[in-house]
Amino acid sequence: MSDQAAYNQTDDLIEPTAGLSGGVRTPSKHDSGPKHVAGEAVYIDDIIEPFGTLHLAPGSANIAHGKITKMDLSKVRSAPGVVCVLTSDDVPGVNDVSPAHTHDEPVLPDGVVQFYGQPVFCVAAETRAQARHAAKLAEIEYEELPAALSVDEALEKQLFVAPPHVMKQGDAASALAKAKHRRSARMEIGGQDHFYLEGQISLAVPQEDGDVLLHCSTQHPSEVQHNIANVLGRPANAVTVEVRRMGGGFGGKETQASQWAALAAIVAVKTGRPAKFRLDRDDDMVMTGKRHDFIVDYDVGFDDDGRICGLDIQYAANCGFSADLSAAIADRAMFHTDNAYYLGDVEIRSYRCKTNLVSNTAFRGFGGPQGMVAIERIIDEIAMTVGRDPLDVRMANYYGTDDRNTTPYHMVVEDNVLGELTDDILKSSDYRTRRAAIEAFNSESPVLKKGLSITPVKFGISFTTSFLNQAGALIHVYQDGSVHLNHGGTEMGQGLFIKVAQVVAEEFQIDLDQIKITATNTGKVPNTSATAASSGADMNGMAARDAAMTIKNRLISFAAEKYGVAEAAVRFVPGKVIVGDQAELSFAEVIKQAYLARVSLSATGYYATPKIHYDRENASGRPFYYFAYGMACSEVLIDTLTGENKVTRVDIIHDVGRSLNPAIDRGQIEGGFIQGMGWLTTEELWWDDKGSLRTHAPSTYKIPACSDRPEDFRMELWASGRNVEKTIHRSKAVGEPPLMLSISVHRAIADAIASVGDHKVIPALNTPATPEAILYAVADVAKQMMTDAGQKMSAAGE
Amino acid sequence: MTQPTSQNMRPDIRFLFGDEERSLSGIDPQMTVLDYLRLEERKTGTKEGCAEGDCGACTVVLGEPDGDGKMAYRTVNACIQFVPTLDGKQLLTVEHLKSKVGSLHPVQQAMVETHGSQCGFCTPGFVMSLYQMWLDGGEDDRGAINDALAGNLCRCTGYGPIIEAARKAGGIAAGDAAEQKRRADIATRLTDLVKDAGTLAVEHAAGRYYAPRTSDELAALLVAHPDATVLAGGTDVGLWVTKMLKRLDPIIYIGDVADLKSVSETDTAVVIGAGVTYSRAHDALGRVASDIGELIRRIGSRQIRNAGTVGGNIANGSPIGDTPPALIALGAKIVLRMGNVRREVPLEDYFISYGKQDRTPGEFVESVIVPKPAKGLVFKAYKISKRFDQDITAVLGAFAIQIADGKVAAFRAVYGGMAGTPMRAKKCEAAVIGKEWDEATLGAAQRALADEFEPMTDMRASKEYRMLVAQNLLTKLFIETSAPDIATRLVGKEAALV
Repeated sequence: MSDQAAYNQTDDLIEPTAGLSGGVRTPSKHDSGPKHVAGEAVYIDDIIEPFGTLHLAPGSANIAHGKITKMDLSKVRSAPGVVCVLTSDDVPGVNDVSPAHTHDEPVLPDGVVQFYGQPVFCVAAETRAQARHAAKLAEIEYEELPAALSVDEALEKQLFVAPPHVMKQGDAASALAKAKHRRSARMEIGGQDHFYLEGQISLAVPQEDGDVLLHCSTQHPSEVQHNIANVLGRPANAVTVEVRRMGGGFGGKETQASQWAALAAIVAVKTGRPAKFRLDRDDDMVMTGKRHDFIVDYDVGFDDDGRICGLDIQYAANCGFSADLSAAIADRAMFHTDNAYYLGDVEIRSYRCKTNLVSNTAFRGFGGPQGMVAIERIIDEIAMTVGRDPLDVRMANYYGTDDRNTTPYHMVVEDNVLGELTDDILKSSDYRTRRAAIEAFNSESPVLKKGLSITPVKFGISFTTSFLNQAGALIHVYQDGSVHLNHGGTEMGQGLFIKVAQVVAEEFQIDLDQIKITATNTGKVPNTSATAASSGADMNGMAARDAAMTIKNRLISFAAEKYGVAEAAVRFVPGKVIVGDQAELSFAEVIKQAYLARVSLSATGYYATPKIHYDRENASGRPFYYFAYGMACSEVLIDTLTGENKVTRVDIIHDVGRSLNPAIDRGQIEGGFIQGMGWLTTEELWWDDKGSLRTHAPSTYKIPACSDRPEDFRMELWASGRNVEKTIHRSKAVGEPPLMLSISVHRAIADAIASVGDHKVIPALNTPATPEAILYAVADVAKQMMTDAGQKMSAAGE
Repeated sequence: MTQPTSQNMRPDIRFLFGDEERSLSGIDPQMTVLDYLRLEERKTGTKEGCAEGDCGACTVVLGEPDGDGKMAYRTVNACIQFVPTLDGKQLLTVEHLKSKVGSLHPVQQAMVETHGSQCGFCTPGFVMSLYQMWLDGGEDDRGAINDALAGNLCRCTGYGPIIEAARKAGGIAAGDAAEQKRRADIATRLTDLVKDAGTLAVEHAAGRYYAPRTSDELAALLVAHPDATVLAGGTDVGLWVTKMLKRLDPIIYIGDVADLKSVSETDTAVVIGAGVTYSRAHDALGRVASDIGELIRRIGSRQIRNAGTVGGNIANGSPIGDTPPALIALGAKIVLRMGNVRREVPLEDYFISYGKQDRTPGEFVESVIVPKPAKGLVFKAYKISKRFDQDITAVLGAFAIQIADGKVAAFRAVYGGMAGTPMRAKKCEAAVIGKEWDEATLGAAQRALADEFEPMTDMRASKEYRMLVAQNLLTKLFIETSAPDIATRLVGKEAALV
């Protein structure tokens, strides 16, 4: 059977395979669930420490930008328990952990501090408490340099971490000049801390030959491996990185783990003792990157129906002091300027601003959310200007199927399901009726106001850096028929491991409990891409399937030959292999026979995403294999005296194609939505005028709590979902897209604010919509109404 | 008054770790329970997420005899509790929940079945909060579940499956006879463990720790050690150690002082001992005025309210402490004691300026006297923060107003977050008292506020917002007292059903 034929066999499988426990489409429980609830799941800080383990703590700068003129660490060195103190001089190889080797992210800075809180030295001591105490004893003096602490400052001084980039379709300037209506405005979009519950941590164990085994909480073990090898001045094969699970990642452990891993590795090699670096929460929040805050300036033209005919939009991303992944993140914001809408003549410019703040990094959505929240605000403003319901203006601007279907980067949208999804959510949310009810409520309620909004999600799936779209897997089948599964993806809670195991269970037609899920390890599957861009199941699922199919095909050939039947007559059914009319064997029996016949029972698997290509210079191509779609309807209640707010009801329909695991997918959707809601409402990052982050702990940085989860939360996996592309069992990626369903919350809040001005004054609502931001927007709308009324009265007087 | 002597002191900390007796000597009294679990017991199920009592990943359950032969259980954050505070208690962690034959406890099973864990790092903390709910008989009401879980942050699930697990586990009986017997036996063991055992006095090279059992003993110790750090719930002091890396020596713990743990109620007042936690004060204060109940519901989280005390909230003198503005609005007094000398001070006079209170070294807050509102006095309090639950206040307004014949007969307006201390807005009060309670008076009151406060800008709110909200809270008070049919609340019992 050819690979493609085998593929097609289960391609259209909708229901789980009967008789199989834990194949695809089943709501299998997270493999670690029983261990999580019993406290038995081992995170890196729970690994029994090898004898003599040292503990590290960072010493940090208290200025945003400046030269170190004196660094006296003698008191640090003589503090109780201190074994060694590292400065940039102690880096044996290259002093850089930048993900793209841009050489702008030192392990420890060599003379120049670039942000407030940057680690400038590092202490290793017998206990963590001793290391933390000692780190406070340094005497450091600086010569301060001018610090750029805002995007505007960086723009003005032309400070960039990467060159500006432009994306164009048609002629925006002349389209705007001809437009009947025009509106230009600025939107400020806040950043977001990942707030993974398990902070950054690495445990480095020295090996023979000066090699290092690193247990590291990272989404990108291969990059940590390569970075640490560079830092140590060793080849990549001297470093092995392993991660069984992370206590949350969300993008925050894609590049941000390297620095701590590097320091632990240096100490391990230098002292010959194991070294553990676990950041304190406050240090973690100060010293590691976040979602980029953006400033967006736009000028949009539209007709009487609210249809866009010309958009000029400029993004300025706050990248912090180094490039990190900022170029790709800022690109993805550009790629999502359209969200679900055909923009026609459009020019998109993007600036990647360098500031003296911590270097911002990947975060679920990777720039996409910033692009999408801007266009959704623009659509609402258009709707208010032309006096139509915002949903109708959205629908008027949706991509077409046969025309109006090219993106600003010249990709044809081939899998558009926006119309169908909108029909479905209109029904399930009862939007039109509730819209009328809310208007009635607001007219009677002077203090509390309701708002309602439906927003779509169309999110491009694939790394936009095309070569990253590859994955590997390794499967062993042991003589007893038990299976060892390994692949390059990492588990951060998203359920990747269980999904991939389900794929393998389906392929071999064996129960899930016969498959041992194992830790990601650079010694098993090399040269992996980060578990990021929602690609984990798509790519690793395919790679694991490829490995399983290799073994399966060997078994088929073996059995066909041994029993003298055609290969097509060898069938894998739940728990068994049927060999034509000659034999019916258990999986374990086939394996045992194959072993004795000297058939290899171990295979690697590989997958490279097809169809994608992208010419970045001309901003043109097909960067995405397909799009993931969703729709959300949110209703909110705001207090116009205080700005407090509450999301009261949410309806979601999300397209996961044909789900590999509906339970895991629902968890991703709800979790992503709530995380996005936090980004857009309560989660505010606040730096003081020295560039010091003052919201560096959960006491001051407020992610959603239990009561913030809307009381009435209705979520459906879209029943008609199916991927037109040949993805793993026609499923769709689900990690990031649902986060942007939460934009409906922000738009519903804006709708509630607009009700104060009878929807005649556009509220300038930025993100996050904190009580303070909401109260100011309410006050602005009320003031504008008074002014307008005053003008009308004086006009009438004339 | 008894001066503690070496005869009635003991050096060992005695508690039950699950069913196992522990007697610890020579331990640094500042070691947190979390570090003890992870580093000494090598029980790593309990996680460190923040080390400041805000994320709940370290939630454990403490059990104590309730005095009636039964056990009382509460959740606390192990990351900010010091090991000696375990004395006389049972410490239960996620490792204690599975049955002897290894099957999951009903709350654990419910979490697995509802897909309540993703990354799993917060999960042991949630499991312990659910376990505490189960021990107390379970909850089905969403509001009650929110309150029990407000101190457990989850970044993955969006909480839905965990709420479902709480409901599911709540339906499984916890109270069978064998379970009750087991708890009674534990209560007996705990009582015996510290009976006639003398005052706990840990004298370690790193620092000293005393846990007196009577207020007389406490008074004597404080006279002997006037510079001691008085420890109650540790929800603030704990962070001095975990975040500021301070050494505290000596620590005098009031949590074991039996006679400071009472709440008494007369016709005219409620008296709260300095060792009474928010959780235990909640009902009595809620009866004084429902808005104080609501305010206390929103202080910290269940874990924080189970440890933190009303007395500590006053004694530490925070400018944004949530109870003082409300208590000042009601005219509360505190009893300060040094040795055998007691004095009563109106609470508003206790706060002198930022970081400075009317308390001399060696003196301690013994109790808080909260008068019940006179007939016709209406009390309202509003806590404004970025997040409803477990957030530190940006602005808190507490008002006591009495309107007679359309005029304001009495008015107190007290704010938190507007100055260096909780403070009465006396100009505002003056602009209102004796006036018609109408929009003109409201306007005058709001203008007066702008005159008397110069709030500051910080990460919680800007000075402009603080002032605008402070003024708008007067509007809210005006609406609630003059047009009660208008919906004004988003949360709490008075939240409009909109």
